[in-house]
Formats: sequence, C-alpha cells, structure tokens
Amino acid sequence: MDQNLSKCFDYLDIDADWVGLRLITEKSTSRSVRDGNPESNSHSRDRGLMIEVLANGQFGYAATNRLTSESIQAAAVRAHRQAIATSRWAVYKFSADVRPKAVGTYQSPQSARDDLSVADTVGLLRQACDSLKVSDKIIRTGASVRTIETEHHFVSSNGSDVHQQFRIAASNFSATAQDGTITQQRSDHGYSARSHQGSLDALSEADVLARAKRIGKQAVELLDAEECPDTCTTLVLAPDQMMLQLHESVGHPLELDRILGDERNYAGSSFVKLSDFGSLVYGSSLMNITFDPSVSGELASYGFDDVGIPATREFLIENGLLKRGLGSIESQQRSRVPGVANSRVCSWNRPPIDRMANINLEPGESSFDDIIGSIESGVYMEANRSWSIDDYRNKFQFGCEYGRLIENGKLTKIVRNPNYRGISSSFWRSLVKVGDASTFQVFGTPNCGKGEPNQVIRVGHASPVCAFENVEVFGGAG
Amino acid sequence: MIVQGVAPEKFGLTAVDGWEEEFNGLCDSAIATLKPNEHLSLELSGESTQFTRLNNSKVRQSGTVAAGYVSMQLIDGDRTATMTVPFTGDRDLDRAAAMDGLDDLRRELPQLPADPYVVMPENLGSSRDRHSGKLLDPDQVADALLTSVQDIDFTGIYASGAVVRATGNSAGQRHWFATETFDLDYSVIGASERAVKGALAGQAWDQEKFERQVGRSRSQLITLESQPFKKIKPGQYRTYLAPAAVTEIVFMFSWGAVSEASVRQGESPLAKMRDGRSLSHHFTLVEDFTQGTVPRFNSLGEVSAAEVPIIVEGELRNTLVSTRTAKEYGIQGNAASDWEGLRSPRIASGTLAEADILKELDCGLYLSNLHYLNWSDQPGGRITGMTRYACFWVENGEIQAPIQDLRFDDSLYNFFGPNLVALTDSAEFVPDPDTYEERSIGGVTTPGVLTNDFTFTL
Repeated sequence: MDQNLSKCFDYLDIDADWVGLRLITEKSTSRSVRDGNPESNSHSRDRGLMIEVLANGQFGYAATNRLTSESIQAAAVRAHRQAIATSRWAVYKFSADVRPKAVGTYQSPQSARDDLSVADTVGLLRQACDSLKVSDKIIRTGASVRTIETEHHFVSSNGSDVHQQFRIAASNFSATAQDGTITQQRSDHGYSARSHQGSLDALSEADVLARAKRIGKQAVELLDAEECPDTCTTLVLAPDQMMLQLHESVGHPLELDRILGDERNYAGSSFVKLSDFGSLVYGSSLMNITFDPSVSGELASYGFDDVGIPATREFLIENGLLKRGLGSIESQQRSRVPGVANSRVCSWNRPPIDRMANINLEPGESSFDDIIGSIESGVYMEANRSWSIDDYRNKFQFGCEYGRLIENGKLTKIVRNPNYRGISSSFWRSLVKVGDASTFQVFGTPNCGKGEPNQVIRVGHASPVCAFENVEVFGGAG
Repeated sequence: MIVQGVAPEKFGLTAVDGWEEEFNGLCDSAIATLKPNEHLSLELSGESTQFTRLNNSKVRQSGTVAAGYVSMQLIDGDRTATMTVPFTGDRDLDRAAAMDGLDDLRRELPQLPADPYVVMPENLGSSRDRHSGKLLDPDQVADALLTSVQDIDFTGIYASGAVVRATGNSAGQRHWFATETFDLDYSVIGASERAVKGALAGQAWDQEKFERQVGRSRSQLITLESQPFKKIKPGQYRTYLAPAAVTEIVFMFSWGAVSEASVRQGESPLAKMRDGRSLSHHFTLVEDFTQGTVPRFNSLGEVSAAEVPIIVEGELRNTLVSTRTAKEYGIQGNAASDWEGLRSPRIASGTLAEADILKELDCGLYLSNLHYLNWSDQPGGRITGMTRYACFWVENGEIQAPIQDLRFDDSLYNFFGPNLVALTDSAEFVPDPDTYEERSIGGVTTPGVLTNDFTFTL
C-alpha cells in the first residue's frame, strides 16, 4: 500500500481543485514495571489514511483504516461531499496555493547500536526499581520505557510525495516516599520529559541505575525538607521546568489559530493580538525563542509539516521582540502574519492544525554558578509536576517536584512542594539571567492537547537554566 | 463530478452494524488458536463520526472518521502482554492483523517475568445493548447549525455518529454496546470577547430545541456584555459553582483520587479520608450506570454494579477497585476500569432551589465554568484552575457585573468540606465532549454547589 499510495490517483475520480492522501503507520511498545513487578507490556499497531479534498475553496476530509480501493474511493466521495456541503459557510476560501508541491524525505537519527532485547529491557526496569528503593520510606517505585516508529507518507494530486520516518524513545523512573502524612514524589525530570527521537540506546545500565538511585534519594530527602516559603523572590528554573514554562506561556499564546479564534471553544485564545507581531516586547532582551525542527534528536524534529511545507528554523522572539507566529500556511494566509511549517496531525484520523514542534530558548552567556552566585535570596526549582494557565495563556500557576533555597549566592536547603505563579505578559520581562550552553538541556513531551476534534501531539523543548525576578513562590497545603 | 457507481460511506449505526458479527467472528478465530495454557481477552473500541468545527458561525473544518481498534491481552500461565491492532470491519484484513499480533505476543511472552497480579478471563454473563438515534445527515449539519446564528459569533464542535464498545474472552463472555449520539459543544462570543458556553447532546437531533437553547445563550451574552468587567481582588469569597463548573472538579476525582491503587500508592487525596477526614455531609458521589449512557462493562468485560457509592454524606464508602488492584492488595474488586477512574459519575442533589441561588449566594461569585484544573498539592487535595466564560459578581442577591478571570487554589477538604453550604435541588447532565483518540460517551450528572470562602489567588 505504502509504495502504491500515489497510484490511488489512478482510480480516484474526484472533480476537485486538489486532493491529498496522508497514510500514517505507527508501531509502539510500552513497558512498565512497578515495585519490581511487570505492570504492562503492550504493543500497538496502527495504520490509516486521511483523504483531504479541496472543492469550492473549502477542504473536506475523510479518514479510514480500511485500505481497500473501494473504501478509499468511498472516503474520497465523503470528503468531497463534506467540502461541497460546507463551502458556502467556509471561514476562508482557500486555493491549492496552501498545498504547494513538495517532494522529500526525513528520517530520525539512527542508532549505532541495537535496542536492548525484551528480557534485558524488562530486566533493567526491574533493576531500576531496586535502585529507586533507597529506603523503606519509598512506598512506590516505577520504571517505564516506550518506543514508537511512525511513518508519515503524504502524496497529492499536484505531485507532492513526502515520506518521513520517525523513531521515538521515552523513559521514566519515579519514586514515591512517605513518612506519616507526608508524601513526596520524584521522577526523571518530570513525567515523560525524557522523550526524544532516536532509540533506547541511551539506557545504559550504569547510567539508569545511578539516575534511579538519585531519584529515590531525593524523594526521601524531600520528606524532611521545609515547605517552600511563601514569598516574592528571584526564581531560578532548571531546563526540565523551563520546558513547561516555554510550552504554556510562549508556545500556545503564539499559535495563530488560537489568535484567529479556532480554539476559543476549547483550548482558548491568546493575550497576543495579530497586530503585536513585529512590535510587542514579549520579554527581556535576553529572550530568544526559536521554532527549530532541525535539532537532531529533539522530539518534534521533522523535514516537512503534514501538508508538505519544508520546515526551517525561525526566530519567533528575538532579543525580546515578537517577530513571528506559530502559524501554518493556512493561518498565514488568513492572518497575514509570518509563520512556520507547523500544520501537524497527531494521527491519520485527525485534520492538520497549527501546533508547536520544537520550541526552544536559545542559550545566553551565564554559567550556572554565575546565575546562582548573583542571587542573594531566591528559590531554585526542578521538574514539573503541576500546570494550569488561563484560556488567554496569561495567568499561570506551576508546581515542581524539587526546590532548593538560594541564600547569599549558594544553593542551600531543599524545599518541598515548590510552586510559583505569575502572568505571562509580565513574567518574561522579568527574565534576568539566561544560562549558557553548558546549562542547556533538551526535553520533550508527548502530551500536548489541543484542537476540535481533540489531538494530542509530541513537542520538543530545549532551554538553558534561567532566572526571573520578583516571582510569587509558595509551598503546599501542609 | 463524482466517480460513477461509488456509494458514499454509510453513516451512524448503519456504518458499524456489520462490526458485531465481524468482532465476534474475530474473537472466535483468535480463541480457536489458543494453546492449553493460554487465555485471551479482546476489547473493541470504534466509531463512525462526522465532525464539524465552527469558528465565528462559519465552518473551519469538517470531515468524517471511521476508526476501530481491537486490544488483545494474551496470558500464558502467569505471563501476559497486550497487542492493539486496527479493526476495520473487513474480515480478512482484521483477522490477518489479529493473528500477526498474537504471533508477536507468543514470541514475547517467554521473555517476560511472571506477573503475580495477572487477571484471568471469566465468564460472568454476556450482554448486548444497541441504542439507535436520529442524527443529522452529515451533509446537512452546517446548514442546520449555522443558518440561525449568523447574527452572532458561534464557535465550537459538532460530532455525531456511532460509537461501539465490545469485549470477548476465552471463557466465552461477550459484551456489545453500540450507541448513536450527537454532541454539540459551543461558545457564543461577544465583541468584547466575553462568551457564554453551551452544550447539547443526545440521540435525536431536535432543531427547535437547538435554536431555543442558542437563543438563551444569546440572551445571556447580552447580559454579560451589558456591563463593564469588575476586577476582583484575590481573597476568599462565597461562591456558587454551576453544574458545568462542578463537572470540571468531578473530573479531578478520576485523576488519582477515587482509585484504590492511588490510595495505596500515596497519590490520592482521598487517603486522608481513611484516616478520619471527611467532607460535608451534604456531599455524595456515586458511580451511577443507571442512565445507560455508557456500558457497565469494563475492558475485561467485568460488569459493575448499577450504582457504586463512592462518598456518601461526606464519608468515603468505596474507592474504585480494578480486579488487578484487588488481587494485589487482597481486597474485593468492583469491576472498575483498569485506570480506576469514574465512568458515569453523579453528585447527589441537595435542597437549594434554582430560583434561590442568587438570594442564598447573597454576596460573592457566580461561576458558570472552570478551566484547566490541576492538582496543586495532590496528596493534600488542593486544586488550582481558572474561572472561564460567564462568571459574575453578585451583591444583595443580584448580579452586579461580569468579572475578569480569576485563579482559584483551594482544597476539596474546604470547598466540599465544612465550607459547602448547599447543593441545588436539581442535577444537570453535562456531556463529556472529549475526543482525544476517540469520541467519548457519557458525562457527569451534578447539581450546582454553593460554598463559602472559596480561595482565589491571582
């Protein structure tokens, strides 16, 4: 079927302005072990086709996993009927200009080694549980890995033929510690943060077990830690929390489809207006944000978006100034704002919408020691555990797993339940230090939700350590 | 215009009517291959859905999705693994995919360690439910929805069609549940960007009912837009949470709260209730399948009691216990899903008459909807989130002004505990519009809640 996808045009007889076929094949394997016992070993195979038809200036779509010529023809008819039936109500009259011909390939970085065998993988997860349990106060240990192989093959009536192969690996290790009424959890940089393109070959036994031991030890340390103080202070965020900060308060607000109103009934709108592009000072002059699908191994790297637009690195915010939106070719036409190649789908059965891909904060010039050393009083936080933000992506509250006080230029006491809150539009202007390349780390999340019908998609975020002034921080319920 | 002789795809239950025979046949074929020590459970989840996405009373995107998946859990002795493959309704394609999947599982099982909590399939009886509806023709949806709303900004999603859930196992048990429903989730948005949220769901589309409801939303928006925003300072306020707002909090109970595994493993805020904490005696939460909007069977085909009381008059009566959790901790299960979340929750009504809500609220906040909730301290039971849509400041029992959105951060042990003043005397069914991976069915049945000193922080 895959090799013959273009041949579907031999028998499809649709009187349309443009027709596109997107075949997506995905194989995934998830393994998890809890407290040394297998919790799940599951595999998934998925394969299906989305047909998009442009007629009377409107796209209609039909998705089917029944890949017979008869079913594909019937789906094409349905897509065409949808386009015709809704064209008089179209938000915007599109032409085939938004589906220019594209030909090319992309492949995730390949591993020099084979992945571990099934028995070795599960064996390593069980060993990790042993390492996580550093004390009797650890009441739960968890270790999991996931691998995904996805192929997106896109062809169109105007000659597009784009074939992309993604290989994704993710791991997580966590420990829950309890002492009386106090419970604390620590994980490997936050749930699913270690998600990247490539294979599981990063799972070397020595590294995994050392990480697991550190996670378990820190979970126990948090039991005896003081609550994070309630105060307004300088906040230093590690890259594994910067990931979430970037995602919620930069990535989503810059999505052009939100600003154009498509998401107002679900994910929400944005405090950013179309007129802000090119003029809004989004953050301090240290703030440089890129849309960068070219970072090798980052979770959402790709060569083309899902309508075939070649993907290139672009500055969204440069020296604090908002320059470009996260808008696909369709949103760029609708808004007349410069965008990026981010028309993406989560599956064969969902239509393309504006998404983040890799949204990164570029490194600055401060070493970690410089940053901490410059702060008389503050709080350092690692690893996201709680997130909430308003529908305009302005008022946020985030919580982390692990905190340390900063006193007189040094990291001192551990604090538990560290949380902070702020307002996006002012928060980024309080960015006072950006770490250098030595503090830069790459993470990803497979769980970005958006769209109607809903879609959950994989995005990457990379960042150095950063410091923000005058932030409201606080602890837990006690 | 269209290729001759090709009929459009069928829609609704007619599109999936053949699936029951094919799924049962697939179960029989797969089970026939089992070796003496092997056991198999199969679960089908599928849909035939038409989606129309709306923005500003126009169509942004529309299309159809026909999708199905069969998950197969193979057990060999005390080793187990699961494979999910596409289900298309085509006998040859589906059986080939299933048999390939089983072969892969058979190659893997010897490499896995023993699972001490593996759950063997049982035959506790079979069932068959089929709920047909009367839905809009997919080609008529846009006209039906948009003709009467051209004077307003009407934005949202309409989804309709058939949803199937089914199970089968090697002990001979079979369950089939197919329903034909629509779900309209919308916002009516004003020039000032203030908005009123609405939802309409069911099995039979009623154009007059739709237009009446949108008319009410339009009137509410006029009220919302007629006054300037009032900026409320962070603090504690007497607050009325309308059913849609309460629904968002009820969803949090499924996120590591009512799960017995979560209680045992240190996540659940309800663990404190095992140590003597309680909620208000006004508060009762029941897993209630009597409305029939979702199947009573879980992914293993285990059938829940029609009603499972979770919290009764403020006391924790039951958690949701999957058979796997029951086996691990040596306790009784209650046919919960493997993720031990609520599938058909109902909050018991109280005594506050709808006409008296504003009078009883007297001075405080009326919140129609909440947005983006998360645990800010899960073991402590503290939840944060935002107000959204039509939310008002009330004084002397009268609406004074819409408010600028506020962030709340408070513990369920406060707002459903001693601070809970009253629940309204009628409950509302709030449909679940979730379409992640597949179209959800069911929803939450809840009254509104009046509570004291609800804490707002930003």
